[in-house]
Amino acid sequence: MVVNYNINLLAEAKASYTDGGIFAEFAWIIVVLPFLAALLITFFGKNLPLKGAEIALGSVFFIFLYSCILFYLNITKGVASEFFVNVGSIGSFQIEFGWVVDGLSIMMYFVVGTVSLLVFIYAINYMEGEIRYTFFFTSLTLFAGSMLVLVSAPTLLQLLIGWELVGVCSYLLIGHYWEEKENSSAAMKAFITNKVADVGLMIGIIILALTTGTLRISEILYQATHDYEAIKSVAYIAGILIFIGAMGKSAQFPLHVWLPDAMAGPTPVSALMHAATMVTAGVYLLGRLFPFYQGIAHEALDVVLIFGVITLFSAGLIAIVQDDLKKVLAYSTVSQLGYMVTAMGSGAYTAGLFHLWTHAFFKALLFLGAGSVIHAVHTNNMSEMGGLRKEMPRTFMTFIIGTVALAGLPPLAGFFSKDEILASLNHEGHNFFFIIAVAGAFITAFYMTRAVLLTFYGEYRGHGHPHESDSMMTTPLMVLAFFAAVAGWVNIPGIYTGFTKWVTTRKNGIIEHHPESFDYFALFSGLFAGLAGIGLAYYIYQVISNPENGDEKIKFQPVWRVLENKYYLDDFYFKYIVDPIKITFAKSVDKFNTEILDRFINNFGNVASFLGRIVYDKLDQGGIDKALNLTSTGTDTLGSKVKLIQTGKTQQYIMYFLTGVIVISVLVLLVL
Amino acid sequence: MTSILETFSNGLGISLVVFLPLVSAVFILFIPKKQEFLIKIATLGSSLVTFGLSLIVAYQFDYDNAHMFQLGNKLTWIESINSNYEIGIDGISLPLLLLSTFISVLAIIYSFEHLPEPVNPKGMMSLILILETGMNGTFVALDLILFFVFFELVLLPMYFMIGIWGDRTVRSVAGFKNQIETRLYASIKFFVFTLFGSAFMLLGFLGLYFRGSKTFSIPELIELGTSGAFTGTFATLVFAVLFLGFAVKVPMWPLHTWLPDAHTAAPTVGSVLLAAILLKLGSYGFVRIALPILPEQAKAWAPAIAILAAIGIIYGSLACLAQTDLKRLIAFSSVGHMGFVMLGISSLTSIGINAAMIGMVAHGIITGLLFFISGSMAHTYHTRDMDRLGGNMKLLPKTGALLGFTAMASLGLPGLAGFWGEFMALLGAYNPLPGLNITVFRTSMVAGAIGTVLTAGYLLWMLQRVNLGEPKEEWIGQDLHDADNYELAAWIPLVILTVLIGIFPKLIFGSTNDAVISLVTKAFGG
Repeated sequence: MVVNYNINLLAEAKASYTDGGIFAEFAWIIVVLPFLAALLITFFGKNLPLKGAEIALGSVFFIFLYSCILFYLNITKGVASEFFVNVGSIGSFQIEFGWVVDGLSIMMYFVVGTVSLLVFIYAINYMEGEIRYTFFFTSLTLFAGSMLVLVSAPTLLQLLIGWELVGVCSYLLIGHYWEEKENSSAAMKAFITNKVADVGLMIGIIILALTTGTLRISEILYQATHDYEAIKSVAYIAGILIFIGAMGKSAQFPLHVWLPDAMAGPTPVSALMHAATMVTAGVYLLGRLFPFYQGIAHEALDVVLIFGVITLFSAGLIAIVQDDLKKVLAYSTVSQLGYMVTAMGSGAYTAGLFHLWTHAFFKALLFLGAGSVIHAVHTNNMSEMGGLRKEMPRTFMTFIIGTVALAGLPPLAGFFSKDEILASLNHEGHNFFFIIAVAGAFITAFYMTRAVLLTFYGEYRGHGHPHESDSMMTTPLMVLAFFAAVAGWVNIPGIYTGFTKWVTTRKNGIIEHHPESFDYFALFSGLFAGLAGIGLAYYIYQVISNPENGDEKIKFQPVWRVLENKYYLDDFYFKYIVDPIKITFAKSVDKFNTEILDRFINNFGNVASFLGRIVYDKLDQGGIDKALNLTSTGTDTLGSKVKLIQTGKTQQYIMYFLTGVIVISVLVLLVL
Repeated sequence: MTSILETFSNGLGISLVVFLPLVSAVFILFIPKKQEFLIKIATLGSSLVTFGLSLIVAYQFDYDNAHMFQLGNKLTWIESINSNYEIGIDGISLPLLLLSTFISVLAIIYSFEHLPEPVNPKGMMSLILILETGMNGTFVALDLILFFVFFELVLLPMYFMIGIWGDRTVRSVAGFKNQIETRLYASIKFFVFTLFGSAFMLLGFLGLYFRGSKTFSIPELIELGTSGAFTGTFATLVFAVLFLGFAVKVPMWPLHTWLPDAHTAAPTVGSVLLAAILLKLGSYGFVRIALPILPEQAKAWAPAIAILAAIGIIYGSLACLAQTDLKRLIAFSSVGHMGFVMLGISSLTSIGINAAMIGMVAHGIITGLLFFISGSMAHTYHTRDMDRLGGNMKLLPKTGALLGFTAMASLGLPGLAGFWGEFMALLGAYNPLPGLNITVFRTSMVAGAIGTVLTAGYLLWMLQRVNLGEPKEEWIGQDLHDADNYELAAWIPLVILTVLIGIFPKLIFGSTNDAVISLVTKAFGG
């Protein structure tokens, strides 16, 4: 086990970048463009030949091209610059929007641009004839814009804005088929769960902003890395709070519950938002603030690590028992996000982002592949699939590539990125977590192989005659398969470590350990775990049984039941949090309002009119009477035809009442 | 020409903004009732001119000196008690004045076609105009008596709006033996509650007058107050009564119970004006009068206000979750949203008070819009019961889409106007003015932050019940009218404003920030 590490110092990192010139300066265009496109689609989309999809496609194509240019600039010269626009001041705070163009954000631009483009092309065909087609593209385009607002944010405030905007787009798209209550409930669940997490993020941002006196991320990071006392004192709590925000968006245990339900949305949405881009926002956030976490908030990183590990393991297990193909992928996504967070938690910035990068491609591929299958068989349930490898060869081949990439076999993408995470855990001496992560790799390979066998092998168990999808759907699959195959080659220890350089090109230097050669122990542990997982699944579902009833072989009750019920987390939340608030608390408050507060007020009225009756009768001819009569005359004039006061009785009541109020007021005033 | 402009900026401008509606209302009373169109056009014209004048005022306003009272005047009024016709605006009142003139225009456009029984446009139009004078006047008055007069002036028109055009269902109410008509109960409750509060407020004004140097002038009283003229039990009591007067209007928990009833019973325009402007009179009163004149007492009371605000946020949101009546839900949401405004104010920092200012404007726009939409829906469906509604997106797509948008704005979505008030209020509450009890404020802040989750909860739930799903059977085949041009003309400007302020909060902060900083520095030295 020979490992060499090279410590990349701050000064070193700072030396090698340019400001990116005119392309960086005008990068705001790609952030603004999707919003304009969404407006155009809303107003003119329906009358266009492709019902607005062409505008959406055009805008993401531009984003893709622009991100390629930035990507190229970053590879060749390195780019790190930020731009600010003041949109107001509050107290001494400057409210600024702007855009960051540096290695980290460019990597994200590229991922968002590429995956969006492919998913949009795919969706044009996939969504054909579906309800609210135009609105679908409006939302999807809005999402692309919101995601870019998020990743381009130079201030925490803009980050928060993008953060919540992608949440809304997610809400709109998960609930796309809102005729069914199940879908709109899933959308709501996603929004509310994230909102809960956002409380953490919001308070975290508030604490950081008030302690540092700025909302600019780069300045906060500067203070964090330059021994400022104030920020040190809040580092731990702020670090944890911000991570809570990340837990929501990046679906970390126990706030991951929304993501599997989010599969209610159309499959392209799942691929783009709930696999490749939006859900990685939490990881991106940790990456963006990494110098802060790594320096003064490293204690918070331990918490990050623990939650990451729990997530990667627990979600992987649930994926095994799913029958819904998309849910397998959803839990797999949760689990892989757990890997990324684990990497961040163990201090491996590049490894976490590298996994984000490779995962974006192969998981988008898997989702789109699943969509292609679902499109053909009209069901999500694997129990009604089977044998599709013959009917859908292209989908099958690309799905296999995605599976192998995810299972972490060389030379596909997941192998390299997962290995780097394992190596980092090993290097940091987190032996226990290392073992769990390796076990996670085994589980990953197992459930993916199971899914492939259930879907593509055996006999077809569904209805009708499925056939291969249109080339508009399979072409994106093939492009993504290409990326899933090669995306890992950009960071091979000892051979080419371009990715490390790309994402560490930023103003606040990253101090990090980079392996200079493979950690062979970690490498072989991961590899064997993956092979073992595939082998075992093959053994169970092909050798000793068949895809149809292979599950019977591993149904160890009650473990299976616990997994099927998702550790009873949802039940717990509903029983002990949602229902008490929605039913018990809300009803009590309402009752308190009408039965106690209002009764008090009304009784006050009763007393007032009682007092009033006495006083009024005594002062019948007095000035008060005249004044009140004046009021009622005015009332009659205005009310004209329809009388405000229909009976003399009520009129009298009001007079009593008002007199009483005046009497009481005078009494109270006298006491005072 | 120069002289006209000069007179205009020497008080004539804002005087016109205040009194033009009232004068028009008098003229409209002379137009025969049958000439409905003429009445409507005249009212609209008057409100448009008023709005235009307020824009000229905003144009003439010197934003570099936003902390000074500008474009005003001081004329002798009631000499015997040294009460003057003293008016002027600063960066704090300007956005609210504009909001008031703007919303009035929209309310009038809406009223062209959408008046409930007994229709009577003449009555409604003149009431809106009288109301507008009251609202505008409150925002420009710099004399306590003048302020009081305008503050009270809004009561009557609103009382009649609810009482005449209000909901006629008869229902039973806790504590009363007999059933009572909703509009009657609501209008009296509204009137008496507010009157009760303002009686105390007046007492406070008188106290300031006698203890100060026999002046009602707000700028003079601020000078006195910030130099420590009002102290001791006396000042505490004065703050208490002012608090009562303003808190009823805001309304703050537990003085809010008039609000759900008033909103639910009121006709659409009434709800809109009530939510958009009338509630702001209370919070404006705190910022304009209570805080700068009685800074020490404000400090003493601030934690209590923060706690009440936090309770209001949570309580309002929980109450919303229990509602089945759409308008009542939105009414309770105001309790929560105004809780954020008051939380901001109670922090006594420039951030918090700025947050309150933008929160007021945003709440005015967004909740105003929500009441427009829900009112129209109640009109179309003849019910506000959310259990009967559903599938609104299918039945009334335009209205449904706007309701969705506005609900998102109302839950404080970043990028829309509502966000700034909420987020910045929390920011302010985290670090209140030095010397205030930090535990209280941070607890309140966390409560407020939890309130944002509950807010999202009830609004999304409302959307699910009202907007989404398949339409219920009873609506199928019914002739339901989606938003017409009058409605869209009243609503779209609010949508645009929501987005503009959301993206570019400088539209408000640019006016308020310097004024607020100066207020805080002067009063609290912070």
